[in-house]
Amino acid sequence: MIIKTLVSALLTTSVLGSFAAAQEVTLTIESWRNDDLTIWQDKLIPAFEAANPGIKVVFAPTAPAQYNSALNAKLEGGTAGDLITCRPFDGSLTLYDAGNLVDLKDLDAMDNFGDVARSGWSTDDGAATFCVPMASVIHGFIYNKEAFEEVGVEVPATVDDFFAVLDAFKADGNYIPLSMGTADQWEAATMGYANIGPNYWKGEEGRNALIAGTTKLTDPEWVAPFAQLARWGQYLGDGYEAQSYPDSQNLFTLGRAAIYPAGSWELSGFNAQADFDMGAFYPPVPNAGDECYISDHVDIAMGLNAASPNAAQAKVFLEWVGSEEFANLYANSLPGFFSLSNFDVKMEDPLAQEIVDWRKGCKSSIRPFHQILSRGTPGLATEYWQTSVNAIRSVQTPEEAAGQLQDALASWYEPQQ
Amino acid sequence: MEKRKTRWHIVVFLAPAVLVYSALMIFPLFGTLQLSFFDKIDQQQVFVGLDNFRTLFFNARWFDSFWNALKNNTWFFVVHMLVQNPVGVMLAAILSSKVVWFSAFFRTAFFIPTILSFVIVGFAWKLILSPIWGIAPDLLDLVGLKSLFLPYLGLEGTALTTLALISVWQFVGIPMMLIYASLLSIPEEVLEAAECDGITGFAAFWKIKLPLIWPSIGIISILTFVGNFNSFDLIYTTQGGLAGPNYSTDVLGSLLYRTFFGFQTQIGDINMGATLSVVMFGIILAGVSFYLFAIQSRMRRYQF
Repeated sequence: MIIKTLVSALLTTSVLGSFAAAQEVTLTIESWRNDDLTIWQDKLIPAFEAANPGIKVVFAPTAPAQYNSALNAKLEGGTAGDLITCRPFDGSLTLYDAGNLVDLKDLDAMDNFGDVARSGWSTDDGAATFCVPMASVIHGFIYNKEAFEEVGVEVPATVDDFFAVLDAFKADGNYIPLSMGTADQWEAATMGYANIGPNYWKGEEGRNALIAGTTKLTDPEWVAPFAQLARWGQYLGDGYEAQSYPDSQNLFTLGRAAIYPAGSWELSGFNAQADFDMGAFYPPVPNAGDECYISDHVDIAMGLNAASPNAAQAKVFLEWVGSEEFANLYANSLPGFFSLSNFDVKMEDPLAQEIVDWRKGCKSSIRPFHQILSRGTPGLATEYWQTSVNAIRSVQTPEEAAGQLQDALASWYEPQQ
Repeated sequence: MEKRKTRWHIVVFLAPAVLVYSALMIFPLFGTLQLSFFDKIDQQQVFVGLDNFRTLFFNARWFDSFWNALKNNTWFFVVHMLVQNPVGVMLAAILSSKVVWFSAFFRTAFFIPTILSFVIVGFAWKLILSPIWGIAPDLLDLVGLKSLFLPYLGLEGTALTTLALISVWQFVGIPMMLIYASLLSIPEEVLEAAECDGITGFAAFWKIKLPLIWPSIGIISILTFVGNFNSFDLIYTTQGGLAGPNYSTDVLGSLLYRTFFGFQTQIGDINMGATLSVVMFGIILAGVSFYLFAIQSRMRRYQF
C-alpha cells in the first residue's frame, strides 16, 4: 500500500515535473483523411491552439488505403501519434482489445453524444467507449430539381410515388431515371440496400433484433429491400452493369440523370460540379404515413493512444473534439459529414442542412451489418455487396439473396444458428 | 600431384545472389509455409497442423470460393493458350518473313502494350469498353454492329473472357518476340535445303520452322502458366477487390488478396491467406514439374 502510494506520488510529481519543465507539448493526430489536411491546419487546429496555449497539434494523415496497416505498424513499433482517428466498429474495437486505445467514458464530452453515435466505438456491452464520435454520413437521394420541374413530378413520399416518378422519367426519355451502376458493387449495397432498408426493418429495432438473433435475414422486412432493388434495375442507365462509381457521379452532375442514390459525403463534390439546383429526399416509406427511418452511419471518431506520453493534454483536445465549437466548425468545413453530437449545429450549406434536418422527423440508424455482424468470415458487410448487385441484376431473387446472407451469418454467428 | 585449390571465388561471386534470393524469396516462402500451419487464437499464434488446409478443402464455403477461383483461373489460362500463343507465333512468323514492309515498326507496336503498367491497361480498356463514355459502342455503331455491344466487363458471362483477351492484347508481344528470335536463329542452309526439296511457303513453316521452335513454345507456355496463375493486377484494377460481377472474375490471386489482407470491413486472415498461397504454390509447382518431366524431357532438340 505504502509502496503503491509512493509510486503514484512519484508518478504524479514526474508528470507535474514534466509539465513545468516543458511548457509546450505537441500532440500528433493519426488520420486517413488526407483530403482534410488544409481544413485541420487552417481552421480546426488554430481554433484549438488559440484557446489552449501550451498545446500544439499536428495533423499527420496517411493515405486512406494504407491507414489501417500503417497505423498498426506504428502502434506496434511505439511510434504512433497521441491521437488516433478511429474507423467505426471492429476496426477500432480490435485496437481497444489489443490495449492500444484507452476507455474514454469518463470524458465530460461523452455526455454530448447519444447511444447510436457512441455505438460505433463502444464495446459490445457498451461498458467502454474508446473514441469521441466526430461525424456521420446520411443516406438518401439527391435529385436534379430542374429535371423534376421539366417532367412535372414531385418529391416522392412513398415507394409507389418513387416508382411513379421513375416511370415518368423513363417515359420522358431525356434523363436516366436513376444514376447508379453495379460495377463497383458497394454502391448497390450502401446506397441501395442500406439506404432504403431501414424503412422496412425499422432501423435500430430491426438491427438489434438481428444481432440478438430474434429475427432472421429471411424475414420479410429484410427481403423487402432486395425486392425493391430488383425493381431498380430497369431504371438504371444502359450498360449499368459496367458503370462505375465515378461514372454515376458524372452522369448526375452532367445533368444526364434525374435521381442519384446518395451518401451525404457527395455534397461538396456535387456543389462544385453540378450547375443545376439540387434537392434531396429521404428514402420513401412503404406506406403513406409510416414512420421514416434513415441510415445515419457513424463514420469517424478520435481516440487516445494508450502509449501516449501526453495523455493529459490529449484528453484536453478530445474534450474539445466533443464540444459544440468543434461540432460547428467541423460540420461546416466539411458539408456532408454531420456532427454526431446532440448540439443543434447550424449548417451554412442549405442542402446539407436539409439532409441533416431529416434527423428531426425520422429515426436514425446505422448501416445494418457493420456492428458485430461482419466479425466472422464471411462478413455480411462484404456479402451484401454481392447480393445487392445480384438482386438489381435479377441474378438472384430477393429470397435467394436474403437466404445467402442468412446462411453466411448462420455459418459463424451463434445467436443465428 | 598438386592438390586442387578450393575455389573460393565461386562462393564469393555467388554469395550476393544467394543472400538476396534467400532473404527475398526462400525465407518468405518458408515463412508462408509456417504461417499456414498456425492459427490466431486469442491474439496468439497457435500451431494447428493441417487444420487450415482442412478448412480450405472441406468447408463448403471456402472450397466453393477456391474452386470458383481455380476454375476461372484455368479458363483465364486456356484463353491465353488458345489465343495469345498462337497469335504470337503467327505474328512472329509473319514478321520474320521477308514479304512484310515496316516489320520493325509492327514489331515495336505489338510489343509496346507489354511494357505498359497493368493499371494503365486496365483503366484504358475500362474506358474503351465503358457503355457510357467508351468508344467501343460508337465504333461498333459505325459498322452497323451496335447490337453486338454489351457491357462486357459487367456481365457474368463475358467479363472473364473479356479480361483474358485484354491480358492477351497486353502480353502477345512476349511470345511474339521469343518466337521471332528463335525463328531468326534457324540457319538459312536448312531452309535452302528444304527449298531444294520443294518445300516452301506454308509447308516450310509447318514442316521445318515449327518443329524447330517447339522448345520456345514450351517455354512460353510455362511462362504463361506461371504468369496466369499468379495474375491479380488486371483483375484488381478493372473489377476491384471483389472481382465482380458475382465473383465471376475471381482468380486465385484476387481470392488470396481478399483473404490475406482483408477487404473493407472483413479483417484479413494471414493464416488462411498463407494456406491459400501455399496451395497456389503447389499448383504452380505441379504444373511446372509436369512440364519439365513429362514434356520437356521428351521434346526433340536439333543442333545445327
